[in-house]
Amino acid sequence: MKYLTFMSIGVFALLLIYAAYGLPYRGDPNALVNQEISLTGTPVASSYYIENAMKDANTPNMVTTVLGDYRAFDTLGEEVVIFAAGIICFLLLNRERKREARKQ
Amino acid sequence: MLFGMYVIFHGHYSPGGGFQGGALLASSIILIRIAMEEKVHQLHFNKAYGIPLGAVGVLIFFGVGFISLIMGGYFLDYSLLPFPGMITAELRFYGILLIEVGVGLAVMTILVAIYDNLLEEDDDESI
Repeated sequence: MKYLTFMSIGVFALLLIYAAYGLPYRGDPNALVNQEISLTGTPVASSYYIENAMKDANTPNMVTTVLGDYRAFDTLGEEVVIFAAGIICFLLLNRERKREARKQ
Repeated sequence: MLFGMYVIFHGHYSPGGGFQGGALLASSIILIRIAMEEKVHQLHFNKAYGIPLGAVGVLIFFGVGFISLIMGGYFLDYSLLPFPGMITAELRFYGILLIEVGVGLAVMTILVAIYDNLLEEDDDESI
């Protein structure tokens, strides 16, 4: 069973390395991700962000504009996830503590 | 702590933002908690404020979105925030700044609150 686990991990690692060779180089202008028109013939959203981020929000940092403005709902979700993590930590640990106190 | 503030408020010009700045602020507070003894380390930031201030941070974010919803736009559409005498781009600039402050506050307080909860558990076990 142990050897099977290691073998499956190794095979999967080899598969991932093989897949990584097929990726386009970073910053390649001819890669499909960096084209203005996607495969289906519609314009890609990122080109809109690159052209209009400074104009729309007066912000030189494009990443901030995408995170805070165009994709602000996603950021709100992230913040709620962190808040939920804090609340769950609080509730769970406090409940354990109460149960121990009741035993004593 | 100063560096955390810098990271939050310069997120418009350099890499950074609410999450990173909040983590830096939390690290400054947690370092004080590690270094000082129990009576002293609560002076900067009492642990009773942890969860409520996190809720305030989330509410700042949600409130900014909801104000623009009330003013007749989409949810989180900053161009309709009720600040007088600003063009649309400036309004969006300050809208992003507001939500970054909200995110920073929430991340800082929640990280400190998680640390406090874990530490209390340890104290109980040692007794």
